Amino acid sequence: MSIALAVVGQVEEAARAQGHDAVASVTLRVGELAGVVPNALTFCFELACEGTALAGAALATEHVPGRAHCPPCDHAWPTGTPPSLTCPRCGLAAAGLVSGRELEIARVSWSGATVPEEG
Amino acid sequence: MCRATDLRTAVLAKNDHGAQELRAELAARRTAMVNLLSSPGSGKTALLEAELTLARERGVPVAALTADLATENDATRLARSGAPVRQVLTAGLCHIETDMLRGHLDGWLPDATRLLFVENVGNLVCPASYDLGETLRVALASVTEGEDKPLKYPTAFGLAHLVVVTKDDLAAAAEFDRAAFLDHVRQVNPGVEVVFTSARRGAGVGQLLDRALAAADGEPVHTPVMAATAPADREPVR
Ligand SMILES: Nc1nc2c(ncn2[C@@H]2O[C@H](COP(=O)(O)OP(=O)(O)O)[C@@H](O)[C@H]2O)c(=O)[nH]1
Ligand SMILES: [Mg+2]
Ligand SMILES: [Zn+2]
Repeated sequence: MSIALAVVGQVEEAARAQGHDAVASVTLRVGELAGVVPNALTFCFELACEGTALAGAALATEHVPGRAHCPPCDHAWPTGTPPSLTCPRCGLAAAGLVSGRELEIARVSWSGATVPEEG
Repeated sequence: MCRATDLRTAVLAKNDHGAQELRAELAARRTAMVNLLSSPGSGKTALLEAELTLARERGVPVAALTADLATENDATRLARSGAPVRQVLTAGLCHIETDMLRGHLDGWLPDATRLLFVENVGNLVCPASYDLGETLRVALASVTEGEDKPLKYPTAFGLAHLVVVTKDDLAAAAEFDRAAFLDHVRQVNPGVEVVFTSARRGAGVGQLLDRALAAADGEPVHTPVMAATAPADREPVR
């Protein structure tokens, strides 16, 4: 729920900053390993939007698969979930994730009356 | 007329920023925070009580914040150690955020505190997403919770600097398969150290305190794979 509230807060701030008063949709990029369940987020998002400039806004999520990388083998693989973070070629620990921890607001579509934007 | 804006902002940017600030402030005071994450009932409070008691016996200045949805029982238990203890009532919120924490620290945290333990809300999902400015993040699971806990909560265990098994005195009765548990930990967090403890028997309590003090002294903590970013390499060509 707090994640949904954080999304609403950030979008409201952007709306104020850019002179928009209504939001049609919000697109989130959610990594496979972000620790967020998209369905639960969608449910919470609706509640979190009530009474704000986001009331009635749709939530779209772009799924980002988890990928890990092993430098000695220069090999990257899909981690799946729960993730496998040891290299399938050499058995060493991955050096890190190439992707999968994203939890970002990618895009906002505005609707309704807008104050003209500059440039 | 519809218009779109590319925002590309991290949802938790505010919390992450606050956590970085708090981490720097604590470092300036030479205090290290230890964030304890587990399911309800794993034994966080019992282990923390043992850690606080041992730390005081050794003359190490420690303090603890304990979060709970509604009751102050944990704070009362922890205060028996004699260490400064404060309760964070989250009023139903399932995790602690940096802002909440900061409000409790200002004007309370004693100056010379070496280790500040934070007992997070009993929950392995949401708290894992919130950096609090901790130096050491510890994920705990008791032997009665099954060997696959790290696979069920890969974010919590995958982002931990240290994994602690609690209630090890019950391992035989629970038929806890230590090797399977270690395999599962290794799958989501290769290279992380696992400390076996029993608050009931005192096992592992000193080891955990030593690890926390080493981290407080600036010894590098483990870097979880999930917390490290690899360069966006070219897709394998084949
Ligand atoms: N046998 C045994 N029981 C424990 C141990 N640590 C905690 N417990 C019991 O587990 C229950 C939950 O412990 P508590 O510390 O409140 O868990 P928390 O919710 O994670 O803070 C209590 O009934 C404790 O007495 C231990 O090391 N051994
Ligand atoms: Mg407790
Ligand atoms: Zn490899």
